[in-house]
Amino acid sequence: MEIIGKTNIDFIGKRNIAFVISGIMALVGIVAMIQIARGAANMGIDFSGGTAIQLKFAQPLHIDQARAALAKHNLKEANLQDIKEGNKLLVKVGRTSLETGKAADTIEDVFKKEFPTNTFVVESSTEIGPSIGDKLRKDTLVAIAISLLGIIIYIAWRFDLKFGVGATLATLHDVLAMFAVFFVLGKEFNLLFITAALTIAGYSLTDTVVVFDRIRENLHKDLKGSMLNIFNKSINEVLSRTIVTSLTTFLASVALFLFGGEVIHDFAFALVVGVVVATYSSIFVASPIVALWEEKAAKAKA
Amino acid sequence: MSKGFGWRVSLIVLFLLLSFLYMVPTLVGTLPSWWKGWLPADKIHLGLDLQGGSHLVMEVDTVKAVEGSLDLIATDLEDTLTAQNLRYKRIARVAPDKVQLTLYDKGTADTVQAQVKKKYPEMELLPPFDEGGFVNIQLRMNEKVAKDRQDKAVAQALETIRNRIDQFGVSEPVIAREGLSNIVVQLPGIKDPKRAIELIGKTARLEFKLVDENINAAAATPGTVPEDEEILVEKRVDQTTGAVSEIPLVVKRKAMITGDLLTDAQVRIDSQFNQPYVAIEFNSTGARLFDQVTAANVGKRFAIVLDNTVYSAPVIRERISGGSAQISGSFTEKEAADLAIVLRAGSLPAPVKIIQNVTVGPSLGQDSINKGLMAGMVGVLLVVIFMAIYYKMSGLVANMGMVLNIIFLMGALAALGATLTLPGIAAIVLLVGMSVDSNVLIFERIREELRLGKTPSASIDAGYDKAFLTIMDSHVTTLITAAVLFQFGTGPVKGFAVSLSLGIIINLFTSLVATKVVFDFVLTRFRVRKLSL
Repeated sequence: MEIIGKTNIDFIGKRNIAFVISGIMALVGIVAMIQIARGAANMGIDFSGGTAIQLKFAQPLHIDQARAALAKHNLKEANLQDIKEGNKLLVKVGRTSLETGKAADTIEDVFKKEFPTNTFVVESSTEIGPSIGDKLRKDTLVAIAISLLGIIIYIAWRFDLKFGVGATLATLHDVLAMFAVFFVLGKEFNLLFITAALTIAGYSLTDTVVVFDRIRENLHKDLKGSMLNIFNKSINEVLSRTIVTSLTTFLASVALFLFGGEVIHDFAFALVVGVVVATYSSIFVASPIVALWEEKAAKAKA
Repeated sequence: MSKGFGWRVSLIVLFLLLSFLYMVPTLVGTLPSWWKGWLPADKIHLGLDLQGGSHLVMEVDTVKAVEGSLDLIATDLEDTLTAQNLRYKRIARVAPDKVQLTLYDKGTADTVQAQVKKKYPEMELLPPFDEGGFVNIQLRMNEKVAKDRQDKAVAQALETIRNRIDQFGVSEPVIAREGLSNIVVQLPGIKDPKRAIELIGKTARLEFKLVDENINAAAATPGTVPEDEEILVEKRVDQTTGAVSEIPLVVKRKAMITGDLLTDAQVRIDSQFNQPYVAIEFNSTGARLFDQVTAANVGKRFAIVLDNTVYSAPVIRERISGGSAQISGSFTEKEAADLAIVLRAGSLPAPVKIIQNVTVGPSLGQDSINKGLMAGMVGVLLVVIFMAIYYKMSGLVANMGMVLNIIFLMGALAALGATLTLPGIAAIVLLVGMSVDSNVLIFERIREELRLGKTPSASIDAGYDKAFLTIMDSHVTTLITAAVLFQFGTGPVKGFAVSLSLGIIINLFTSLVATKVVFDFVLTRFRVRKLSL
């Protein structure tokens, strides 16, 4: 079976539309990063420090009731999140309110006092002191930097500088787009999100490498044709495998997203977004950049 | 048969056997007795997020550790000078790194200076100076010695914590040092994390201090009590109402006896009131001191202080020799048991602060395992169906490669003693999708070759050859980020990185070698005219 037969789509010709879309996504992604640096984004407590406690109640508890109860006991700044399945409630408190080690107990006491008939069990509780969060933030930045550097060096070594830059920009674009989507949807930036972003950074290259390999092959074969034509032809030739490889990974991450449970729900969502964006970028970001660059170089030579 | 066929098949069979061998302990509930001994018996380790438990990071207050050792030096100097009838006005720590001796005259100062030099050669002796008619000598602990003290304090705290956890009874705890002043404690499957954390984090400094009855404690404030005394609080819990009352007591700052002179501590039940108490035994030095102090202070009250809270302050009715005493107070049997544990294990050299506490309940862990398995099965099913429809028989070969990949990965995780976390399960599910990717690349190449009119056999060989570099490249780039995640990640994220990187490496083998073997086998056995692709 084949989803896509022989195609002849002018991908490179649509580069201006693609650049606008990608430019906007990247811009939002950069805004998201600035907001994260400013501490204005929805940060996970692993980075910001604080307490998160997940409770499972015997009976349904409305989130507004819970919020009112916490506010009554001076826990106004608590961030509440309803988990649809099984009367669960996730309560997050930032680092400012109570000293480490006390917040979880305080929250438990509030619910015991305010809802004495609705018993609950503590499914998980996480308390992170500010020093841990600071160290983690620093480590994460280093990890991202090293990953990107490693990728650039590898691609530059396997191909050449132009391809290396194209691949890296596409990878950066994917990571920024993931930040953008999470930022716009108000989802939490935590360690698992960073893990997903780095995984996609590595994975996104799979598609890019497939396209680049073919372009290089065709460049060697056909020395006369226009640069843009060779690029277009190559992308069309490998289009079906680009889509099928992404599709299988997409299916697996969708399974995680739908059935993996609340702990990795957002993580799986990040993967789904990443897989889609990575496929798009290998065709619409990485290749046009290299194509334009190569053409400029060819013209300069002629 | 193509060259190396036998080799490749034996390698696959060998890996399969090894994988199953290592997976047996995980899959089988109880191993037969003949299995143990020489066959692998370790199960795949489950991370705390899957089996439930607590992950704690504690910071040892190393500044306090240095201050503590300077306080000890001050006390020791007091005793030495008193024993030699050398008069002093005051000896105390005056800064985080300095002890100051205030003496009455120059002559004594010279003698003392010589003595101090001999006794504490590692301390820096600052030049004496006069102040208000007294001569001051300052001892400074230099940074190198302080660092050494801090280092020792953390090592000692780790040992004490290990001791306490062992006595508390947690199976397979992990207690390790991290960086300069942090200690990481992992308590898998712990049922009462709060109690354990309290037990581990307690400084447990036991002191016996004399109560000053001449001062009305209820009216005393820190400013009004003499310099060598302090106000401590005794907490009493009413057994029937549960109400807590706090009673202030004025006690001598200097402890007569401390907890490091204990040899044993046990919980006993008072037969008269059915109240638990802790019976303690002193070593010979402690016993002698206790004998002396009780003999000299009959009729006075003796406060038993733990971490600056008074447990009880009984009246000394008679001289107590023999080196045993008891600590009673208003505590439950559990609290008494925990108190006995911390007293036996010894006190921490400095207070510890819990800076990270991640506790997952067992129900959530089991829930995560179930959901992870569910997601995995759905993922496998979706990918298998898709591949079978899209690539027909060849798709089934790729699916077989994917299943092999998972089996090998589980075997490798078990063999390496790696830890499986929920993100680790997610990585395996993700791998289900990624592992057929290599075969997709190969199959698409084969289709291209077939379109050129090549025979099935030639197309397959060309497909595998030409896709090889692309597959290599895509695996290496993913491996780069996985390796970085492994280096920087902790706990769950590390589990993700381990599963992902192992899976990717194994995938190279299954997608390039294992699936090729099937094609080679079919092509040589049967006359294949048209490839089912």
